[in-house]
Amino acid sequence: MLIKQAPDIPSHEITDEKLYRERRRFLQQAAAAGLLLAPGLNAWPQESKKKLGPLKKGPFSTVEKVTSYKDITRYNNFYEFGTDKSDPADNAKNFRTRPWTITVEGEAKRPATYQLEDFIKPYALEERIYRLRCVEAWSMVIPWVGFPLNEIIKRAEPTSRAKYVQFTTLLDPKQMPGQRPGLLGAGLDWPYVEGLRLDEAMHPLAIFAVGLYGEVLPNQNGAPLRLVVPWKYGFKSIKSIVKMTFTESEPPTTWSKANPREYGFYSNVNPAVDHPRWSQAYETRVGEDSFLSRLTRKRKTLSFNGYADQVASLYAGMDLKKFF
Amino acid sequence: MMPPSARAISVAKVFVFAFALIPFALLVRMVLTDQLGPNPIETLNRFTGDWTLRFLLITLAVTPLRQITGWQYLIRIRRMLGLFAFFYVCLHFLSWLWIDKLFDVDEIVKDVIKRPFITVGFTCFVLLIPLAVTSTQGMVRRLGGGRWRALHRLVYAIGIGGVVHFWWLVKSDIREPLIYATILAILLGYRLWAYRRRLPARAVSPA
Repeated sequence: MLIKQAPDIPSHEITDEKLYRERRRFLQQAAAAGLLLAPGLNAWPQESKKKLGPLKKGPFSTVEKVTSYKDITRYNNFYEFGTDKSDPADNAKNFRTRPWTITVEGEAKRPATYQLEDFIKPYALEERIYRLRCVEAWSMVIPWVGFPLNEIIKRAEPTSRAKYVQFTTLLDPKQMPGQRPGLLGAGLDWPYVEGLRLDEAMHPLAIFAVGLYGEVLPNQNGAPLRLVVPWKYGFKSIKSIVKMTFTESEPPTTWSKANPREYGFYSNVNPAVDHPRWSQAYETRVGEDSFLSRLTRKRKTLSFNGYADQVASLYAGMDLKKFF
Repeated sequence: MMPPSARAISVAKVFVFAFALIPFALLVRMVLTDQLGPNPIETLNRFTGDWTLRFLLITLAVTPLRQITGWQYLIRIRRMLGLFAFFYVCLHFLSWLWIDKLFDVDEIVKDVIKRPFITVGFTCFVLLIPLAVTSTQGMVRRLGGGRWRALHRLVYAIGIGGVVHFWWLVKSDIREPLIYATILAILLGYRLWAYRRRLPARAVSPA
């Protein structure tokens, strides 16, 4: 297998930070000026809605009815942009997803910092239609575009000490109003962090998503790069990732830091283990289970969100009530 | 200021009644036109819960408002407002019982016992029933003013319970429950303050 190495850059080619910032400012101002001059062009945010392709059909896709684009992009939990479901779509409109860098560090033989484009380039984009089950007992079916997370991990070459991988979301209170101090924030510790055991992260179901519905990922869905682990509750699938850290011990995760009694590190979808405040036995399929349909039937939540055949073996011998 | 005529109060009552039905009308429209959004169950629960709390607080605001402004006739619309709180809590309860739980008795019992926020909410609902039942003039007479007032002080506990119910439900963003809690604290705090101010006067008055 060809493993692309992060290039060693001779020091004379590295741009002085001051110069770099000046260039950035120039580009931003030029872009802003361009916007003013050509208001019809809608140049910013230029990335969303752009077609991705050609896509290969990935494995594990469900044939269930896909949730509408509108519901997927208007009903979001992304507390960095506000706690109402409709906040992210409104507040993430002007979120800048370029330039974007991702740092791979920790217990890995090839730590590196990549530009987003270089990070993704070596991998063929696939469509993966997955169920998503939120800890709040609603679910969707989402046609993600992405590539297996294990490709990235193989490229990083974790050392023998690496047992976990932690992911970190961008920290930028200027752009993310939810991260600002005070009551406006959701009372969470920013930046958002999440983690997986290394064998979970290596599982072929786990992907990095860069799009949905064949298009570049909308900002409110975690652009430009997010994790998707469909057998876990939605909050494990961390959004707008800027850092991956390989660690020896279990990394802290945002929701379990906020409330360890209610949110565990594993957070596998499990109808048999209730959230302390509500049952996880049933779910509402967003946009599909209407008010009227709910009068007569309920939709059962499946163990590991229906991916038990693929992932249950990862947890053989573990007490899933204890490691919830 | 001249007290309003009986006719003026009747007219005011009709207006308050119509206004209090607006949320219900909106709800009916949302259901009929399929405007409950991506998660109709959540919308329904939240909408009916919000309006229950709002009417509870509006009802609790009548007495302070009456004492501060001296508009004694406000008392005449208090019962109607309280009954609207009960009306919306019934919708809230029904939406939980039916749409959320589909009348699954096991699930319901488990929820009430195991989940503190439901325990509190359920208790408040049950406590509101005797208040609604004894809200008529006839019941006031039958119970006698003193006992009736003592019973209806339960509404303070219900108000607190309602806010706690909402507070314990949210995942981490406590801003909205905090608004309700603040208003409730002001309304109950006023009563405490007014009561303490009356105390010394009562102490020196002849027995």
